[in-house]
Amino acid sequence: MARINLDHIRHAYGASPKSPSDYSLKEVHHEWNDGGAYALLGPSGCGKTTLLNIISGLLQPSEGKILFDGRDVTYLSTQDRNIAQVFQFPVIYDTMTVYDNLAFPLRNRHVPEGEVDRRVNEILEMIGLADRAKKKAQGLTADQKQKISLGRGLVRSDVSAILFDEPLTVIDPHMKWVLRSQLKRLHKQFGFTMVYVTHDQTEALTFADKVVVMYDGEIVQIGTPAELFEKPKHTFVGYFIGSPGMNVLPAKIDGSSVDLDGQKVALSFAPKITAGAKTELGIRPEFVRLGREGMPVTISKVEDIGRQKIVRASFSNRPIAIVVHEDGEIPAEPRVTFDPTAINIYADSWRVGGEA
Amino acid sequence: MEKTWNNKAWFMVLPVLVLVAFSAVIPLMTVVNYSVQDTFGNNEFFWAGTDWFTDVLESDRFWDALIRNLIFSGIILTIEIPLGILIALNMPKKGLGVPVCLVLMALPLLIPWNVVGTIWQVFGRVDIGLLGYALAALGINYNYVNNVFDAWVTLIVMDIWHWTSLVVLLCYAGLVSIPDAYYQAAKIDGASRWSVFRYIQLPKMKRVLLIAFLLRFMDSFMIYTEPFVVTGGGPGNATTFLSIDLVKMAVGQFDLGPAAALSIIYFLIILLLSWIFYTVMTTSDAQK
Repeated sequence: MARINLDHIRHAYGASPKSPSDYSLKEVHHEWNDGGAYALLGPSGCGKTTLLNIISGLLQPSEGKILFDGRDVTYLSTQDRNIAQVFQFPVIYDTMTVYDNLAFPLRNRHVPEGEVDRRVNEILEMIGLADRAKKKAQGLTADQKQKISLGRGLVRSDVSAILFDEPLTVIDPHMKWVLRSQLKRLHKQFGFTMVYVTHDQTEALTFADKVVVMYDGEIVQIGTPAELFEKPKHTFVGYFIGSPGMNVLPAKIDGSSVDLDGQKVALSFAPKITAGAKTELGIRPEFVRLGREGMPVTISKVEDIGRQKIVRASFSNRPIAIVVHEDGEIPAEPRVTFDPTAINIYADSWRVGGEA
Repeated sequence: MEKTWNNKAWFMVLPVLVLVAFSAVIPLMTVVNYSVQDTFGNNEFFWAGTDWFTDVLESDRFWDALIRNLIFSGIILTIEIPLGILIALNMPKKGLGVPVCLVLMALPLLIPWNVVGTIWQVFGRVDIGLLGYALAALGINYNYVNNVFDAWVTLIVMDIWHWTSLVVLLCYAGLVSIPDAYYQAAKIDGASRWSVFRYIQLPKMKRVLLIAFLLRFMDSFMIYTEPFVVTGGGPGNATTFLSIDLVKMAVGQFDLGPAAALSIIYFLIILLLSWIFYTVMTTSDAQK
């Protein structure tokens, strides 16, 4: 297992990138801890698979270095990097048995057969396929095949990191839960460094210690699920994380008060805004209070999702979502107030701190 | 789900049935008709029973031609299948090379069979052919007209030139359908080039290879035009395959009875061998 350093990495698929927009992956400079579980989260085409392939060595970055435990591996081939990868679609060797599938990476590295047998049996036990060891891998279900893909990574005792590229895409919903929790348990137990690419926020948030949110070839925020929820650094994070996403309203900032189309909201801090920046106020639907006081809204729709109700309303002609408890009251002349501690202010889409 | 049975649906297959009847079943029945009767023209037929079949099966001429056929098919299959795989593996997967290679590969397949025969017939001639003349100039004694070995080599090389492309194209289709993830996983697992071929490419090509094998077997077993044009079955009877023999018998000697019997035996052999190959290859698949 290893610590992964991404040292000023950039990547462009074109030959000679000139402007920043030519880069499908904009500059990434981070250190990922040994034994951490990281999720790369973002919509399709945001560069998360590019970043993963750079880590795995299937792709060489146009610029920058990548280090495993301080060792420069930028120009090392995939097999020399000691990483394992689980792909979107299960990759198994059809003609081999389950046992041979798991033994394959070890035998290719000329591990003695006794050691192979010990490791493979251990992994078979771990992924719960011991009773199928001698069966051909061909006839297995998608989730069992995906477990074999995972097992082929785990079987090598020296892997630096295990990379997952949307591994649950082809798995049935009820099996997703099972596999995800098994994966989490294995991670706790064995402490391998894990990088997990997904566009499913639930998957990322339940699975990872740190979620890396990517948008348009850029890492916009790295944080714990709580940080992403409470203090989204970028309006995209606010919008992408949470269901429904954060309400982002255009706002005029004046000292420590905000002007929302004539409605004044007081802030607990005075954000520092550079002149001419586009300023916005972000508030999660969970922190909007619906009641008889505050600013008037017009309700257009109420979605009952069981424990909660999602109220879709318009606030001076802008859509706003409000989360109300299931037996929360919806008044006839509804007004809203914002929880002052949950208000985030954005200048040109980036969050502005109070003290800064 | 409850299925609705409607026997009127059989009418849907009627056009195909009529078409097949006219194109295959009725001609075949005429052949059957000839094979069990004797005729001296004037539409007079005499019942001959299985006499023609016994005649054919007891003749050396039949067995010699059959053995020649089997050897020929055996040789071209052992060369064309591996060669086709090898070429397909080395064909580019993307870029400008793809259409260029595909067109080059398809070219021999587009040439009419008798033209292929004529090309090689001229190509191999010692007096004016490029190949024959060049070999003679190099001091190699080559003459497909009177040397049995040379005649066979010419036919085999011609068939490889003509038909390996088919195997290549089928294998290539199988290869490009393999997702990149397989190759990436193999890299990560540290698989050698041979392992990638053995455990990824070959299993994925299995189905198309089965088709290639069957097509090449049936076609080579029925080969007629090219050897007819190049060697005419000679020297002597050295390249007289069943099909050439059949035509000699039916059109040359006008022995319709034995020719019809031979046709049916020939047809049954191809049917039987294809069925055996198919069964063997698909059951090995099902056992897994």
